[in-house]
Amino acid sequence: MQIVNFLSNLAMPLVILLIIAYGLMEKNKVFDDFLEGAKEGMEIVFNILPTLIGLFVAIGALRNSGILDIIIRFITPLLNVIHFPSEIMPLAMLRPISGSGSIAVATDIMKNYGVDNTIGMMASTIMGSTETTLYTIAVYTSAVKIKKTRFVLLASLAADIVGILVSVGICRTMS
Amino acid sequence: MLNQIWPIFILVSFSYAIFSGNLEPLNASIFESTSDAIKLSIELLGTMCLWSGIMQVANKTSIINRLTNLLNPIIKVLFPEMRKNKQIQKEISMNMIANILGLGNAATPLGLKAMKSMQEENAKKDTLSNSMLVFIVLNTASIQIIPTTVIAIRNSLGSSNPTSIIFPVWIATVCAAVTRNSSG
Repeated sequence: MQIVNFLSNLAMPLVILLIIAYGLMEKNKVFDDFLEGAKEGMEIVFNILPTLIGLFVAIGALRNSGILDIIIRFITPLLNVIHFPSEIMPLAMLRPISGSGSIAVATDIMKNYGVDNTIGMMASTIMGSTETTLYTIAVYTSAVKIKKTRFVLLASLAADIVGILVSVGICRTMS
Repeated sequence: MLNQIWPIFILVSFSYAIFSGNLEPLNASIFESTSDAIKLSIELLGTMCLWSGIMQVANKTSIINRLTNLLNPIIKVLFPEMRKNKQIQKEISMNMIANILGLGNAATPLGLKAMKSMQEENAKKDTLSNSMLVFIVLNTASIQIIPTTVIAIRNSLGSSNPTSIIFPVWIATVCAAVTRNSSG
């Protein structure tokens, strides 16, 4: 476990260090480049803000109206068969469909079940290891005007499911 | 998609709250949710700006070009049809490197360029070729060294160790990638 922590802690500082050193080696104006990118980062956050507000209200309503408890009570026996925590289910279902939507749901889960808790870790790992599959496929196929996509959706969704199951499994083993 | 899902969420939960008498918690949650969204965005701003800045520094160097060569053997295995076409190979690996570095904004245009080049080689213009299929599947995998957005969110929620998920993410990504390539 210690080596896992070490690797996790090392990754970010090492990547930053290497990138800055590389930029300096090539005599770039690294701080100007940094500022340019940081401005883009601001735009990203501002662009997802409306989605966050819309979905937070919807998800908050789902939970506080009591309907989510009823849905969870219904699906829990099914999910218990494969040892899948029902708290994660909304994220697993939304993840391939909407990028900003799944960010909102994952954040909601981390906030309510504890960010460092097993459930919060599962939500984080799912977010990090999967993509907005449907969106990606749509962008890439429509750019070249292709209609027959063969089994690309099936393969990608199968991989998403494996990614989600492994995320759940590994977080359970770690905690 | 959210055009269907979002109204369903609202309709189902609001009408259930009215019937079950849970109106008070619902009202409280409406206002709480909006301010939560604002709080989160403000906290996110810091980390997201930092990362986008660092990644822009990387973008301005020749890192992408350099790393491209490292990927060549893998590309040759994954895209046997493109073995003779050096230009497409390069476009594919540049897209992959941008993905690995988490340069989402750079990865998509590079990827679309590769798609267009592959379409030129494609015999059936309305159907995905094998190479295009593998390529799209690779892009639906989240092959990122550092999952920056999640780390930023964890940090904004006061996690005691926001980066602790990096290693589990790697393992889950690799398992998903193996599934992708064996099914695609």
